Amino acid sequence: MNTQALKRATLVNGGFRRALFGELNSRASLFRSYSSVVDPKKGNKNEKTGFQIPYQSVLERETTEKFLDFSAKQLLLTEILRGGWIVLEAFFREPFTMMYPWEKGPLSTRFRGEHALRRYPSGEERCISCKLCEAICPAQAITIESEPRSDGSRKTIRYDIDMTKCIFCGLCQEACPTDAIVEGPNFEYSTESHEELIYNKEKLLENGDKWEIELSRNIRTENRYR
Amino acid sequence: MIGGRFGIRKLGSLGGLMKTEKVSISNSVKRQFGYGLLHGNKKIAVGLKNRRNYTNYPEPSGREDSYMVGGRIVPPGTTPDDYVEKISQLDGEKVTHCDPHIGLLHRGTEKLMEYKTYLQALPYLDRLDYCSMMTNEQVFALSVEKLLNIDIPERAKYIRVLFAEITRILNHMLAVGAHVMDVGAFTPFLYLFEEREKCLEFYERVSGARMHAAYVRPGGVTADIPRGLMEDIYKWADQFPDRLDEVEELVTGNRIWMNRTVGIGVLTLQEALDWGFTGPMLRASGLRWDIRKSAPYEVYDKLEFDIPVGTRGDTYDRYLVRIEEMRQSIRIIKQCLDNMPPGLHKIDDWKISPPPRHAMKSDMEAVIHHFKLFSEGYNVPAGETYTAIEAPKGEMGIYLVSDGGSKPYKCHIRAPGFYHLGGVHKMAVGSLVADLVAIVGTCDLVFGEVDR
Repeated sequence: MNTQALKRATLVNGGFRRALFGELNSRASLFRSYSSVVDPKKGNKNEKTGFQIPYQSVLERETTEKFLDFSAKQLLLTEILRGGWIVLEAFFREPFTMMYPWEKGPLSTRFRGEHALRRYPSGEERCISCKLCEAICPAQAITIESEPRSDGSRKTIRYDIDMTKCIFCGLCQEACPTDAIVEGPNFEYSTESHEELIYNKEKLLENGDKWEIELSRNIRTENRYR
Repeated sequence: MIGGRFGIRKLGSLGGLMKTEKVSISNSVKRQFGYGLLHGNKKIAVGLKNRRNYTNYPEPSGREDSYMVGGRIVPPGTTPDDYVEKISQLDGEKVTHCDPHIGLLHRGTEKLMEYKTYLQALPYLDRLDYCSMMTNEQVFALSVEKLLNIDIPERAKYIRVLFAEITRILNHMLAVGAHVMDVGAFTPFLYLFEEREKCLEFYERVSGARMHAAYVRPGGVTADIPRGLMEDIYKWADQFPDRLDEVEELVTGNRIWMNRTVGIGVLTLQEALDWGFTGPMLRASGLRWDIRKSAPYEVYDKLEFDIPVGTRGDTYDRYLVRIEEMRQSIRIIKQCLDNMPPGLHKIDDWKISPPPRHAMKSDMEAVIHHFKLFSEGYNVPAGETYTAIEAPKGEMGIYLVSDGGSKPYKCHIRAPGFYHLGGVHKMAVGSLVADLVAIVGTCDLVFGEVDR
């Protein structure tokens, strides 16, 4: 496009736009003029590198637009109507949302939710009180106390997880050598008080019994990837 | 005076929201709060919050009746930028000074990391820029790997790049969606959040958590990609540009959006460089600077992609750059999926990454390494490094000093948002109060990383 035509188009459209949107133009004078960054007459060409962006910039498009095109766009609200069409299309599409308490999204086998302490099929606790989870926990949410039993085996007498401290990073279940402490698929355990979220050993074992089928299946699947 | 979700809060009022009246500092207010000052005939707000002296700010010019108004502009909490307090001075409706006050989300991450082993420090990185989680982990992993002087398997690199680009799309979707919503359009936000939800599902399938993944570790990634995930990502990547077209159809040419963004918050290239801008904010001002190209890490040198560059450096250009970056990310994702090599997903060195699960169950050597790694961690040779990557928001860097122990001696995080927020003043002065919203939105601020 030659310079003359560009200048003409700028004048015509500029004048027309001022007439239509005078207020906006005067508002623009509040800001540092952006035409100092890019001269509309020179287009988007970078002087130093000679780089030209492959499409027209907005400024360029507006200044070189045909008078009729510009007027049609402004008066007939074409771009607004095109946007409206998109919204109408979306209206007839199948909704993406779910009715949450009744419908739930799928969870992967890796999901890290509420904690649980597992047992062996015999009923014996898996936890050997090695305290690796306590050591690795970045939030220091786990507290363990242990003592030997009458048969000489080392077991925990106290296993507390402060669920309000826990950041659900999954390092405890990675650290556990016997797959005793795991983060299960349950994410609906909200309570009304803070105290209820400080889990003790009974609560964790109860969780383990409740979710054992899912937990063991998840661990079987995941061991292939670790 | 100003519409919608932002208001100028009355001086000193606590917790009151949404007051949109113009506030001048009356004597009664000054008496009430005791720290207003009268300078000559001009009423100047002094020491709004911390009793700091604001009198050295530029004085209002122009009309006889011009006065300065101090106002706290606090965005309510739907967007990521809900933890900042912007103290602005106005001349009528024109902003003469804008002073962001940060620190409301400071958690001392850098200091905390000095007391954690390298593995324990990792989950904290997720919580810095909580809109682009895996790139935070990536920069930490890369810096530790540099200190350890190790190279990770090819497959791990590809997985990291794949998820770094998904992260970039996640972040830009939130940035664009929230920005568009801030200036008044709600629909594109919902469309983008639908796509974002799908991306978060990929996160969940690969790491087990929708957001705070703790997936990228020094030495590789935690676990291999599960079966079927790559196919699903490919299907998603196929349809995503169409959804982006829909958003563009709604937003890009829209006259309201253009009136709110074109020519707003203009930064010249020199200003952008002076204020330490990086990422889309810098590229929109016209410099082709992307660490993925200028100092390629992982496998970016093997991938084909373009860097979009703006010309005018205004809010609209930044929006266009982000949209185009999403399209380029899709290109990278598809190349990663096509070229994904077989092999290990983490380094086969039991001194650094834990032995595989089956080995740990049957091999005494592995058990010893496992216990050592999860209790004491690994020692990193003494040294220091500054490692930077192109996070979605800009240059995310970690300066890490190791004294040879198993915990970092010192860690400093260079968060891009911090510098962008510093430049808000430069962009906002001279604009209207209502445009502050657009300017803050375009910075793509996440206060997890600004305040650290």
